[in-house]
Parts: sequence; C-alpha cells; structure tokens
Amino acid sequence: MTPPLEGIRVLDLGVVLAGPYGTLLLADLGAEVIRVESTQHFVPMTRGAMARPPKELIESWPPISGGYPDRDPGERPWNRFPWFNQTARNKLGVTVDLRNEDGRTTLIRLAAEADALVTNQSPGALDRLGVGYEVLAEANPRLVYVDGTSFGATGPFRSYRALGLQMEAFAGHDLLRHYPDRDVDSNTWAVTADAAGALGIALAVQLGIFARERTGRGQYVDLSMVENFVGLIGPIVLDRTANGRTQGALGNRDYAAVQGCYPCAGDDRWLVLTIRDDADWAGLRRALGDPEWARDERLTTAAARYAAHDELDARLAEWTRGLERERAVERLRSEGIPAGPVLDDADAYADPHLAARGYFVEIEQADTGTHRYPGWPYRFKRAELAVRLPPVRLGEHNEAVYKGLLGVADAEYERLRADGHIGTEYAPHIL
Amino acid sequence: VQPLGLAGPLEGLRVLDLTQHVAGPYCTKLLAIFGAQVIKVERPERGDVLRHEGPFLGDVAGEDRSLAFLDLNVQKRGITLNLASPAGRAAALELARRADVVVESFRPGTLDRFGLGWDVLRAANPGIVLTSISNFGQTGPYRDLPATEIVLYAMGHEMYGTGLPETEPMSMAPRLNLCFAGKTAAVGTMAAVLGRRLHGEGDWVDVSIMETFLSSIDRRADSLVAYAYTGEKMERSTFTSGIAVPPAYNRCADGWFHLSVSQRALPQIASAIGVDESELATRWGEWCMAHGKREIVARLQEAGVPAAPVNSVADVVDDPQLHEREFFRTVEHPEHGPLRHAGLPFRFADTPGAIVSPAPRLGEHNEAVFRELGSTLLDLARAGAA
Repeated sequence: MTPPLEGIRVLDLGVVLAGPYGTLLLADLGAEVIRVESTQHFVPMTRGAMARPPKELIESWPPISGGYPDRDPGERPWNRFPWFNQTARNKLGVTVDLRNEDGRTTLIRLAAEADALVTNQSPGALDRLGVGYEVLAEANPRLVYVDGTSFGATGPFRSYRALGLQMEAFAGHDLLRHYPDRDVDSNTWAVTADAAGALGIALAVQLGIFARERTGRGQYVDLSMVENFVGLIGPIVLDRTANGRTQGALGNRDYAAVQGCYPCAGDDRWLVLTIRDDADWAGLRRALGDPEWARDERLTTAAARYAAHDELDARLAEWTRGLERERAVERLRSEGIPAGPVLDDADAYADPHLAARGYFVEIEQADTGTHRYPGWPYRFKRAELAVRLPPVRLGEHNEAVYKGLLGVADAEYERLRADGHIGTEYAPHIL
Repeated sequence: VQPLGLAGPLEGLRVLDLTQHVAGPYCTKLLAIFGAQVIKVERPERGDVLRHEGPFLGDVAGEDRSLAFLDLNVQKRGITLNLASPAGRAAALELARRADVVVESFRPGTLDRFGLGWDVLRAANPGIVLTSISNFGQTGPYRDLPATEIVLYAMGHEMYGTGLPETEPMSMAPRLNLCFAGKTAAVGTMAAVLGRRLHGEGDWVDVSIMETFLSSIDRRADSLVAYAYTGEKMERSTFTSGIAVPPAYNRCADGWFHLSVSQRALPQIASAIGVDESELATRWGEWCMAHGKREIVARLQEAGVPAAPVNSVADVVDDPQLHEREFFRTVEHPEHGPLRHAGLPFRFADTPGAIVSPAPRLGEHNEAVFRELGSTLLDLARAGAA
C-alpha cells in the first residue's frame, strides 16, 4: 500500500539538524519533500562545517563531524557529510538564490504548489528576504508554514541566536543530565532540543494539514525549540511549580528504584539494570547466586534498598566486572530483571533484534557509495515505507523541479543557471 | 472540554487511549492538547501504574498525586474498564467503533488476549488507526523482554558516547526519553490518520521505543552513519570548542552559561565585555564572576555571539522570555487547586489548542462517557467498569 503521506508536498528550508530531520520524518512517510538550497550561500553544520574542508583538517575532527566516507571529503564534500546524509534520503533537491527577485519569484511559485513549508533559519531570515509567511500565504492561502526558532517568534529573546547546545542549556536539561558528583561541564554535548524540535516540526506540519481539511486554510505555526523541549520535562516543571523543588541531576539513578550502569569484563563494556520491585530483587539474588550480603535483613524493602544504593552499586559492579557483558545480561534477563547492554555503534549494527526487524536500510548514493543507515522509528502494517531516493545531492533535481513542476522553459532555465540560481556545486568563493 | 476560541487543529478527532505509564500518555497528551477528544481507559482500582510513581504532590503518595501522571494526562477524560472481563471488553470495542484512533502500550500480544487486537478492531471499524507503543516493537527476538527507560536508552540511544571516558556512560533527565518516544509515536499516528484521509485506509503503527532512540538525531542516528562511513565509533568526551578562553561552559556569579565561540568571534566577545582582545585570556574569568548569567548572555547576544544561561528548572519557570509568551498554563484541579504546567509545544495562529482541564481522577468520566454510548449499552459499560 502507498505510504501514508503520499500526495503531500513539503518545502524544506531547514538548516543544521532540526529542520532537515523534521522533514526527513515526513519524507520517509511518503511526502514529496523538496529541499530548497543555494549554491551561493553555505550554512555551517548543514552540509558540513565547511563546504570544502581540507582532508588534513577533518582528520582531527570526531567522526560525527569529520566522518566523511573513508575520512576523505572527496570532490563534492557537501554530498558526503554523514549527519546531513542521515536526514537527506527520500527528498528532492533544488537550488535557488533567494537574495534577488528571480529567486524570490521561484520560491513563491514553489510555495504555490506546496502543502507546507518548514524553516528553522535564524529568526526573521525569510521575512528579510521577502519570502516570509505573509508573502507566501498570499500566493497560497492553503500553505502550512512552520517557523522553528530557538526562542519563538515573539518576546524579548526572539532574535537571540542559539545552536541546539544553547537551547538545551536554556531549557534546563544540562543541569538534569550530568554526573551528580561533578560539574555540569563534565559531560558530552547533546542536541536533545534539536531532536525534539524535529519531532515538533513533523507533528506541526501534519496537524496543520489535518486542520486545513476543516478550515480550508493553512496557517502560521510559531515553534520555539525551547518551549517544545520543556514539554518533555513537564513532570519536572510541575515539581517546581507545585512543590517548589528544583530537581538536579540524578545521573543514572531512578527516583525510587535501584538502578545503574555497571562495568563488565573487557574494554569499555557496560550494562544497565533496574530493580523495580521485590520480585526483581528476588530475581537478582538468584542471578547472583544469593550471596551473603544480599541476604541482609536491611535490604528487604525497596525504600531500604534505595537508601543503600551506594553499597548496592559497589556490590553489583563487583559482580559484573568478572563477567562478559552478554553473559551477565542473559543471566539477569533469565530472572525477569530489566537489563541490557550499553550498545556502541558497532554493537547496534550487529544486534540480532534489529536485524530480525530489518531496522537498518542500505542505500547507494553516487557521491558517497553504499552504506547502511538507521531506518524509521515505526513501521506500518499496511503502508510500505521504503528508501525511494538516496541522500539528495546539492541541486540534484533542479531540472525536474524547475521544468517539470514549475514549467520553466529551456531558455529561462539556462538564464537562471547563468545567474547562479541553478547548480550542483557551491560557488568557488565558498570555502 | 474546550472553551470556544481554543479549538485545536485536531478538533473532531476521537482517540481511545489504552496507554499507561509515560510514552503512551505523552503521545495522547499531544493529541489531546491540540484538540482531539481523548478517552483514557484505566483498569479499575489501581488505574495507570504512573499514578503510583513519584515524585508526588507534597511528597505524599496518592492515586491523584503523582506529578508525572498529573502532567501527562491533562485534557483527557478518564474511565475505568476491566478489559479482561466480557463486559469491559465489549464496552471498549464499542468505544473503538466510535473512535478514529486507538493508542495502546500493553506488552505485545496483550491486546490480542483481551480480544481487542488489530483484526478485531479493524473488523469493527474498518478505517481505524491503531498505534501500539512497546519497548522493542511487536516482532523480533527482544519483543517480550522486560525493560525500563535506562535499558532502552542504553540499547537504543547514544548512552555509550555520553559522559567521561574514564567512567560510566551517562543518561539523561528521567522520563525525558520516554516522552521523546511518545512524541515520535504521535508523528507516526498522525501520518496514519492523514493516510486514511488521503487514501481511505486505516493502519496499524508499530512503535518500538528502542528504535525511536536509534533514529534520533540527538547524535545516535548521526553517529551510526558516521560509523558506517568510517568504522569509527562515537566515544565519550567532554565538549570543547578548541579555544582555551573562553571555553563552552563558563562559571559566573550565579551559576554557569554556555556559548559557542569561534576564533572569528573573539573580537566581538572582547568588545562585549569591554576589554582589548589581547587581555581576554586574563580578564575573562574575573569578568564572568562579577556578573550574572542573564546579564552576561544579554551582552554576548547583543554582540552577536550565540550564548545561553545554563538554567535550572527554577530559572526556566521564572524566565522572562517564557513569561512574555505566556508559556506556562494554569489548570484548576478540583482537589489540588491551581496547577501550573508546561504549555503547548508550538503555536498555531488560528487553531491553538488548549491546556485547561486537569488529569482525570480514576473513573471520573465513567457516567458521562457511558451515557454517550446510549441506554442499551449503559449497563454493560457500568458492569465493565468494576
């Protein structure tokens, strides 16, 4: 059966992570997503930190930002950047320079043919280019326009600049997720607000299209990445507003159950487990061979075990340290205890459950080669989700979109190419 | 439930909510606050397991006092049904017949055992959308394994690459990632709802929480692709900008702030604090300790430097930007009085949605909902509610 969003057309003016991933969710669900980019302007951390990074430079970067195939940026690095390519399958790609009249006209014509537009460019960026909501809605009153910004379209901080790192700090998460006995800077960066923002974008587009069936009109959606994130810690917010308590970081602990991450035999192998209740505690004792310390009368209630958390952590680590991770996990699971390995990237690709579910997808892309990629986060009984297009290369579908969708004649197409709108490479002055 | 003028984009969508704990209820909360009519079904007597998980209001346990339950179930009506009894099952099937969407988060196979599986629901309501949220999905060798949030986080998310290399990998805020999974489930559910409108067919959406984490761009999906390209794993490390002064995280008079700094921005930063660039390294720390985080961030932002205070939840609740935008919403709870909740995640100009009604008490809407089923089914539903 056809994928659910087949027939919906979305313009993707997303940058960095949240926008492109939000539209990937829609593309994987069958929407026709057209990425609108420019060969004249490079947004850092979208198709790379730089358009043309020197090979020697990327060798010093961690794989997540310097992980071009075989650590080689190649001739067209912008088509080989891993975190862009993760968000780029199943999309069409078109280039247009929005800084002049022809570019504006092209975007307005595209908007007239679209159901939705997604942007997470800096606040007001599209307005300043003359292609903000008012202009596009006049061309297409049915357009759903999702404007993702760091802090929202109104308020005193509306023009503040922030990357996902700052949004997460602002929204309270940094102080909820560090080692409890160390400072906030003793942890790895994360982009939780971007990830949540992408889900918000995909949801907002769909809700807007649903509402349009009733109202007959599209509308403007103001999505603050910070507010969108704060909803995910709603219970912690309520603890503050109702109880006056400011929660700090619990590390790997739970509020009430004994839980943690423990080292196993070998190099950097870890497992996690939770003792939810008395049944899990009894199971743990069996799994460990009912050692003397576990028979302690003091440990018979959940509250007492939680009070003895430090001691239990030490005992558990002592046990796990002597065992292979898989063996320890297996023994815990066989007693009904929720436990699992901390999977690294290699483990995930080798995981038998994911293999059985066909989670990873293999994709060949002309500038990148053939690799496996994470698949989609859900599957449908009837609709078939599939890789229909490989990660889109810059300007790959210019001809199809300009000529096929917009009906641009050959002579005009050549003129737009000569004027720098249409191309497959960044302008030579862009590093 | 909703006063006039707050109609959400999902006005008219009817959802039967068979979920419990965190991920499922957050999914249906998103549908509810955006205007869907959500009927939450709980088992009689104990109700949703989340009712019994703290922290609690006033730190006193009680079935209407779990803060997570109170927050994740606003804007829903609540009924009780014993799905293992014939009457309860029949009433649930009748409600499913009148719904557009059923969302459930039982262990895989449980819905079938209740006689309410996909085939049964589809026979009763051919256009139905069923969303099943589970730890590992409806198929595969891990299907029936027990799991908690940290287990799913460790197996699916970027736990391995988070934290310090010399010690254990680190998780995130409690329940955050389960809510993330619920939000992903809402995306999949809405796709199936739109798919039915576009193509005339319902569908069954299988959401594996582990897979929602693997697909997350909170680094995991990206690190997996980088690994496929290079054979190099994401390893644990602290964040550095590569510039010694200023670093990414900075101490100041009242806590910390965070900034993204590049070599090019150093003159801007120096001018923002009123020193010469050559003095930045020696004067920076002292200047930071003399100022509060909000003031520092305002100055840096004025100079065009991306910066933010490292906020506690108390700071978030008191934040001027969120106040100006009236982000927090106060809901009147019949027992507890006004409760102030995090607000809507995004704002529709014409169809905003609302957070105005509190989480239901156990079985609060039994009579109201059962009466809507009509007099012939009323007694049956009442029997199923016990």
